[in-house]
Amino acid sequence: MKKSKKLIPTIGLETHVELSTKSKMFCGCPADHFGVKPNSQTCPVCLGLPGALPVPQKKAVVWTIMIGLSLNCKIARRSKFDRKHYFYPDLPKGYQISQYDEPLCSGGYMLTSQGRIRITRVHLEEDTGKLLHQKVNGRRMTLVDFNRSGVPLVEVVTEPDIHSAAQAKEIAQKLRDILRHIGVSDCDMEKGSMRLEANVSLTSDPHKLAKYKVEIKNINSFRFLERAIEDEIARQENVLKKGQIPKQETRGWDEKQGKTRSQRYKESAADYRYFPEPDIPPMIFSKQEVEKIRKRIPEMPDIVAGKLISEYGIKKQYLQVLMGEADLLEYAKDSLAEARNRNLDPDLVAGMIVNRKVDIKSTSPKELISSLIEKSKAVIGDETELLALAKRAMQELPKVVADYKAGKTASIAVLIGKVMKFSGGKADAGKVRRLLEKALR
Amino acid sequence: MQLHELTIRESLTLLGQKKISSVELTEALLNRIRTYDKNLHSFITIRDEEVRKEAASADNQRKKKVSKPMLGIPVALKDNFLTKGIRTTSASPVLDDYVPQYDSTYAKKLKDAGAIIIGKTNLDAWGHGSSGEHTVHGVPHNPYARGYVTGGSSSGSGAAVAARFCAVGSGSDTGGSNRQPGSYCNVVGLKPTYGRVSRYGVIAMASSTDSIAHLTRTIWDSAYVLSIVAGHDPLDATTSTQKVNSYHETLMNNYQAKIGIPKQYFEGLNQGVEKSVRKALEILEKKGHSLIEISLPNAKYAYPVYCITVSSEISSNLARYDGIRYGFDRSKFQDEARRRIMIGTHSLSTGYADKYYKQAAKARTLLIRDYQKAFMKVDLIACPVYPFPPFKHQDRDLDPLQMYLSDVLTVTANLTGNPGISVPIEFVNDLPNGLQLIAPHFEESRLFRVGFDVEEELQMYKKKPRLIA
Repeated sequence: MKKSKKLIPTIGLETHVELSTKSKMFCGCPADHFGVKPNSQTCPVCLGLPGALPVPQKKAVVWTIMIGLSLNCKIARRSKFDRKHYFYPDLPKGYQISQYDEPLCSGGYMLTSQGRIRITRVHLEEDTGKLLHQKVNGRRMTLVDFNRSGVPLVEVVTEPDIHSAAQAKEIAQKLRDILRHIGVSDCDMEKGSMRLEANVSLTSDPHKLAKYKVEIKNINSFRFLERAIEDEIARQENVLKKGQIPKQETRGWDEKQGKTRSQRYKESAADYRYFPEPDIPPMIFSKQEVEKIRKRIPEMPDIVAGKLISEYGIKKQYLQVLMGEADLLEYAKDSLAEARNRNLDPDLVAGMIVNRKVDIKSTSPKELISSLIEKSKAVIGDETELLALAKRAMQELPKVVADYKAGKTASIAVLIGKVMKFSGGKADAGKVRRLLEKALR
Repeated sequence: MQLHELTIRESLTLLGQKKISSVELTEALLNRIRTYDKNLHSFITIRDEEVRKEAASADNQRKKKVSKPMLGIPVALKDNFLTKGIRTTSASPVLDDYVPQYDSTYAKKLKDAGAIIIGKTNLDAWGHGSSGEHTVHGVPHNPYARGYVTGGSSSGSGAAVAARFCAVGSGSDTGGSNRQPGSYCNVVGLKPTYGRVSRYGVIAMASSTDSIAHLTRTIWDSAYVLSIVAGHDPLDATTSTQKVNSYHETLMNNYQAKIGIPKQYFEGLNQGVEKSVRKALEILEKKGHSLIEISLPNAKYAYPVYCITVSSEISSNLARYDGIRYGFDRSKFQDEARRRIMIGTHSLSTGYADKYYKQAAKARTLLIRDYQKAFMKVDLIACPVYPFPPFKHQDRDLDPLQMYLSDVLTVTANLTGNPGISVPIEFVNDLPNGLQLIAPHFEESRLFRVGFDVEEELQMYKKKPRLIA
């Protein structure tokens, strides 16, 4: 390899996301398994007992299509499930129900600040159980918890269009924002409901893929994703500089060392012996059905964000917080509209929401704005300031002053109203009355 | 009156008239099983004390005017039907001590209908076989010819019903497993349309061809039980929502069928088998049905397609028996299961799937088209069940290919999902034989209606087995 040629990182992302449906993908067990007593949410189906059969849940299929539509994918008119075979103690049937050659969604894209990233496919599958390595009665044992077995899992695969660690982080965060925004997953990496894997290689020819790729697993934050990719790029550069070709392998991100570490070599693709799942009939979708699903998708976060800036001029740093949470963004959108209608500063409202000074569950946007207006009214209590405003009002309305002095005391209300107007409704009306009465004497 | 000779229909009448009790009926059958089954090997598990209690409870309910369609009728279930709290082995050492925590839908429907499970019947382990010989629980003997096979894989249910141990035994038919023991045991073996009866809780052999039903001595009994166990099951996504008929109520309807006789299904038959089948066809003509010769040009591909498709699914369905959560580990699998796991794994492997699994899937659609075309011309297809009469134990088990030949006439209906039935006809050299009828999807009524004409004429159900105490 010539030293003069610049090496370009080629990165693809594979993201697994657990859907937050109430029940599991193929049975009625609860899907929310976080912090639940092991093996307390299982049944013959998700335990893979003899004779048990999977029945797919419609909601998970619809939600997967929603994800596909949000990522600008084509939705398959005909799709099916397939069996993916491998042996592992956390896989009770000896196969995972997944999708192979007819995924629900394919051929989409996402936009980043550095261009478009193509989405290869979005498919639906079931999660596996979980292995727990523990000491039981002094013996080291591996236990299996099947609460997670059968939880609906969506895989989003990008083309290798990503060219930097920062861009990978951006796209991953954006994906999380979208999924939270449409309300299909909480995408909590600590709970494992969002899992990232990156495929990284380096090439000197931007039109050709490298002959190898390295898969990085065990990434549980966006920061680690960026750091793991950065470290992996540096490592591969070193190998290539020595005139060698990096090995095709799977590496894990080692948080303590801040390095990727080899986990296993992949010389050839594993043989999963895919074939169509005979227990589940193929799925057929009409155009109308897909359009109906499309209507259920709220505006995408970046479109909403663009509007918040252009229409209300709110600060960019607020947006980052709002875009991460669908509820908060929706709440902000409604509150800002209300604030504008009632002449309240939008930035003040956005600040309140972003800094969690509002309980969005118990206070409606309307109530929020009303209470803010109430509060702001009492803000000007300073007597010198109020007196100045009162004098200005008296100067502007000499006739009203004359009326008052002539005995029409009710006309003081006109003066108070004027002061309120000057203060943008913020003046303390009681104080204003007393100050006016004093001045008019 | 001999209680063990009673069909379901007769038992229900007598129970209703209070001429017999469920306790008496159950007791009579248990006695008979205890006397003869040690030499027949039709059961793997025989229930005892609990059965008496359940029969007494059924009698009680009847006194209280509880109306249930199978109230107090003893039934046997093939040992690959899961039964809550009753050991279910699939005749394999892998599940030798397995006690299920739930009921198969078929078992549940019969229990809800008031039936009493008297025991679990023998089978070719996992359903793999057409002779009954692949079992670790003693090879069942043909109740009409000791030393001869019963047919399989629902061997125990076939033998038990023929031996008058019970009036109905359940069976799963993946490639002929209900029709074959029906034919060799002189009983009615039913394979309904794929998706007509729930597969939930029946240990899967090949998910895309497994059809669930039963063996009985008469057509009426078969039709009656189907009307109880059929229907959509929210636990099986492949079951149909199509309406379930009262199949037993249309047996006397006026009906003249056009019956297709596929020439390919009469090639290379044993002469005795052919003669017996031709005679049955003459009866159908006499009863007003017309016979039409038809051609199924792709018939010769049926067995290879079956072998690849079913083995592929077997290799997948048996993957869960890893001994981690229940049962014993893989070393307990025996020869036939191992053979099929290997064929299936190979057929699905990268580089071979294109040649085998995918080719078989394409050829399967050709077979479906053959049947579709045929059923545009005819109402039913008639043919033999086996190409040869019952054979002696161990005559074919040394050469798996010889054994697989047993299935050539039955597997197509499984690949196409069509319903089929085996109806007892004249014996061949003192050995039972069956006529196979195949109908369009969800037209089980035609099978029963036309099968009933044969049964009425020949009355083969009157022929008694020869058992040794």
